[in-house]
Amino acid sequence: MTDAQPHLDDLVACPQCDTLHQAQNLPEGSRACCQRCGQVLMSTQGTAVARIIALALTAFVLMIAAISFPFLSLNAGGAQNATSVIDAVLAFKDGLAFPLAVAVAFFIVVLPLMRLAALIYALGPLVADRRPHPGARFAFGLAERLRPWSMAEIFIVGVTVALIKVAGMATVTIGPAFWAFAGVVVITILKDQLICRYSIWEALDQARI
Amino acid sequence: MTARDAGLVACQTCGQVHHKGTERCKRCKGPLISRDQQSLQKVWAWLIAGLIAYIPANIYPMLLTATLLERSESTIIGGVVDLMHYGAYGIAFVVFFASVVIPVGKFLVIIYLALSVQNASQANQHGRHKAYHMVEFIGRWSMIDVFVVAILSALVQLDTLATINPGIAAVSFALSVIFTMLAAQSFDPRLIWDVDRTSHD
Repeated sequence: MTDAQPHLDDLVACPQCDTLHQAQNLPEGSRACCQRCGQVLMSTQGTAVARIIALALTAFVLMIAAISFPFLSLNAGGAQNATSVIDAVLAFKDGLAFPLAVAVAFFIVVLPLMRLAALIYALGPLVADRRPHPGARFAFGLAERLRPWSMAEIFIVGVTVALIKVAGMATVTIGPAFWAFAGVVVITILKDQLICRYSIWEALDQARI
Repeated sequence: MTARDAGLVACQTCGQVHHKGTERCKRCKGPLISRDQQSLQKVWAWLIAGLIAYIPANIYPMLLTATLLERSESTIIGGVVDLMHYGAYGIAFVVFFASVVIPVGKFLVIIYLALSVQNASQANQHGRHKAYHMVEFIGRWSMIDVFVVAILSALVQLDTLATINPGIAAVSFALSVIFTMLAAQSFDPRLIWDVDRTSHD
């Protein structure tokens, strides 16, 4: 490298192949990709912190609704059984399967809520033009690291498969929690697409000064 | 030029670049590792654990169904066959894809990636990088079957008329998915791209 080494904060190393790039201001609506492997390094649409917060808050409220209201109920031959999301978690509570109940609780309720809460905590002050809370950077890093383990969208597809399995044998009534949960999934996907890691780290850095 | 060649190290969580030897990221406080030397070792360990857990997942029943007339047990494949009997071919395909094609495909791709890095292969780097992305993205979807079992067991509890309970295969299947997700996350994709750099530079 030449003597005029750029300042470290202006460098971007591709997270996938480690190629070094110099950060530049992107024109609105464009994105920068790694020269070598093609990984997207930054995109300008992600600066919309306010929209991310709005979507995260909505998803958070809907998630609370999804775990409090009845999810599904089943009717067959005069017998009836109503189920909530919590009941689905507790399906594994007996015997050897107990750790799975804990894992499922984390995958479909706890981790999605933690991600939303961490995002709101980390980015909320930015919307109001205040200094970030202490630990905001840790919270945002956590929200990003938990992404693969938050499986609400997979759960809702699983529910659909289960509905088709029982539809032939009994009448299933879909409760309000089902729609709330479906809402959480759609909004979370929209929100995650808005997140550009690089822009948010930059925004958190600039707010610190 | 890579960050490593420039004597720098990039944070894998937030991308902040530091001088070599820095231990914690100044921005997000995450640990800084230029190349994870033990990456492949961890990949193999998690992968083998995932393979072992996948065996009982296929042998033992996922679902225990009891109705007035009969008791039955169904395995992963049995559940797919049941769905086809109802005529739900689309859903049968989704379950088959999530519970059989994805896990087996994932085992094969991770083995291929790990072996190719060990042999310092320079072939098809872009293809392997894409394969790695696919595995990371799609691996979680195998959990569908576990959630199907959860919701069925919670829903179908009609006393003597009909009950469905989870079988032990649900636990081993979930473990297998978790282990292979960890195997994919332990893989350091930078290793794919390091090979021809050391030979060129």
